Amino acid sequence: MKFDDIPQLPFEESDESTQQDKVVITVVGKDRVGIIAAVTSLLAEKQVNIEDITQKILGEYFTMILIGDISRCPIPLGELKNQLIQKGTEIGVQIYLQHTSIFRAMHRI
Amino acid sequence: MLFDRSEILETLRMLEIENLDVRTVTLGINILDCHGKGASETYQNVVKKIKKFAEPLHSVVEEVSLRYGIPIVNRRIALSPVSLLLGSNNQEGPLVLASFLDDLAREIHVDFIGGFTALVQKGMTPADLQLIHALPEILSQTEHICASVNVASTRSGINVDAILLMGKIIKEIAHRSREKNGIGCAKLVIFANAPEDNPFMAGAFHGTGEGDAVINVGVSGPGVVKEMISRHHGEDLGQIAEVIKRTAFKITRVGELIGREVSRKLGVSFGIVDLSLAPTSRVGDSVAEIIEAMGLDACGGWGTTLALAVLTDACKKGGAMASSSVGGLSGAFIPVSEDAAMTKAVRTGVLNLEKLEAMTSVCSVGLDMIAIPGDTPEEVISGIIGDEIAIGVINNKTVGVRLIPVEGKKPGDEVVWGGLLGETVVINVNPTSPKNFIGRGGRVPAPITSLRN
Repeated sequence: MKFDDIPQLPFEESDESTQQDKVVITVVGKDRVGIIAAVTSLLAEKQVNIEDITQKILGEYFTMILIGDISRCPIPLGELKNQLIQKGTEIGVQIYLQHTSIFRAMHRI
Repeated sequence: MLFDRSEILETLRMLEIENLDVRTVTLGINILDCHGKGASETYQNVVKKIKKFAEPLHSVVEEVSLRYGIPIVNRRIALSPVSLLLGSNNQEGPLVLASFLDDLAREIHVDFIGGFTALVQKGMTPADLQLIHALPEILSQTEHICASVNVASTRSGINVDAILLMGKIIKEIAHRSREKNGIGCAKLVIFANAPEDNPFMAGAFHGTGEGDAVINVGVSGPGVVKEMISRHHGEDLGQIAEVIKRTAFKITRVGELIGREVSRKLGVSFGIVDLSLAPTSRVGDSVAEIIEAMGLDACGGWGTTLALAVLTDACKKGGAMASSSVGGLSGAFIPVSEDAAMTKAVRTGVLNLEKLEAMTSVCSVGLDMIAIPGDTPEEVISGIIGDEIAIGVINNKTVGVRLIPVEGKKPGDEVVWGGLLGETVVINVNPTSPKNFIGRGGRVPAPITSLRN
């Protein structure tokens, strides 16, 4: 496969329709083994497709930001959010889930 | 990535640490088409119409709040001025309707219903008088009902008779709700140039120029602005104005997003975002702290009016860029009891009533949530209202007065109301009597709008 074959990515300012069911999930807490595994396995179980993921460790603090497509997620957004928060409590990190529109509204003109 | 990590973390920090929230989603409803054959049919029509639009309000707001991870603190309803609906031939009318609506507010989980409003800037109709005279009972017997009286406008001038009457009414409300430190007065605003699309209480009502139902949103972000300023040490005031402008832009965009989404889900049109920075009594959610972050030792010291002018103007500029649907009061609020740092400045004597009056000439929305001694004579209250109203009328801006005489308390005494209304200390009031002046009554003609020096 040549470089030219790769479709134009990442989508920077795609229109509203392609973003309708995307959420930003942010994980913040003390670093430990298995944070990503715990979060992503829960997301896989709930049919949330991970479209982008970035993580950084600053000192002993861990932050991960993940963009997920929830269009095939069978449970309501609120329930997904609660399950993530609960999972976060189990592994000692804080997890936030927000629809991408709020970031678009605040940071894009 | 779709968004920069610093952008995502900035938004999270605003929400989690700096108390960014949507203060209110206010549903304005026209009730002027609710006339029935008799009084009781009219009340039922009003209740029916409110239910039709507002029943899903609570759940829709919850859903939107969850979706974006942003707290939405209040859900409110603003009605067309009730005096226009009820007419004057049923003295019990306003009180009966108010108690129906108070129950309704509880039933549909709405924090406040505003619109017990009389627009008397030029004269008072019998219906206006009937409503105004019912206010002491309404505001002391109900919990969720809010009232406002517009006593002046730049187009019509100042109705001094109405100001005189309101001094008396405020004293009466304070007396009737003396068990609760005069809290009834916190639900009444005396306005000049009252906006028709204000989402904030106590002054929200659904103007006669509005559509059948509309969603207006008030955002709140003093904590965010304060943190932004704190991070820009040593920069000049031009740069500070720029920082505030950028921050106001972001806050306003959130308000617009929430407003549009709620109105879409409710199937009513979206009205406006009110840009006002509304403080709460939480530490870190204060307009006075913003002023102090700009470099003043305490809110109320020399420089305060300038600082507030920079803040208010920059907020308006950022907000106007962020949304084409800006309205309401749109300024910085300085409600003394709802702002812990402002109350602290009053307690230490740095901030007095005279300085607060000066501050209101550059911000909205006037002398707000100020506890005054319970024995303040009614003509002194009318005098304070008159001075504040003059600032609004001459400068072509909205001002409001929300004074709370607390019976049995004198300057320096502490007062606790709780919740969003907060707690404060009774302020000192200049006792010189304006009785022979304000007691003349009459109507002050509308001001000239040229020769503006």
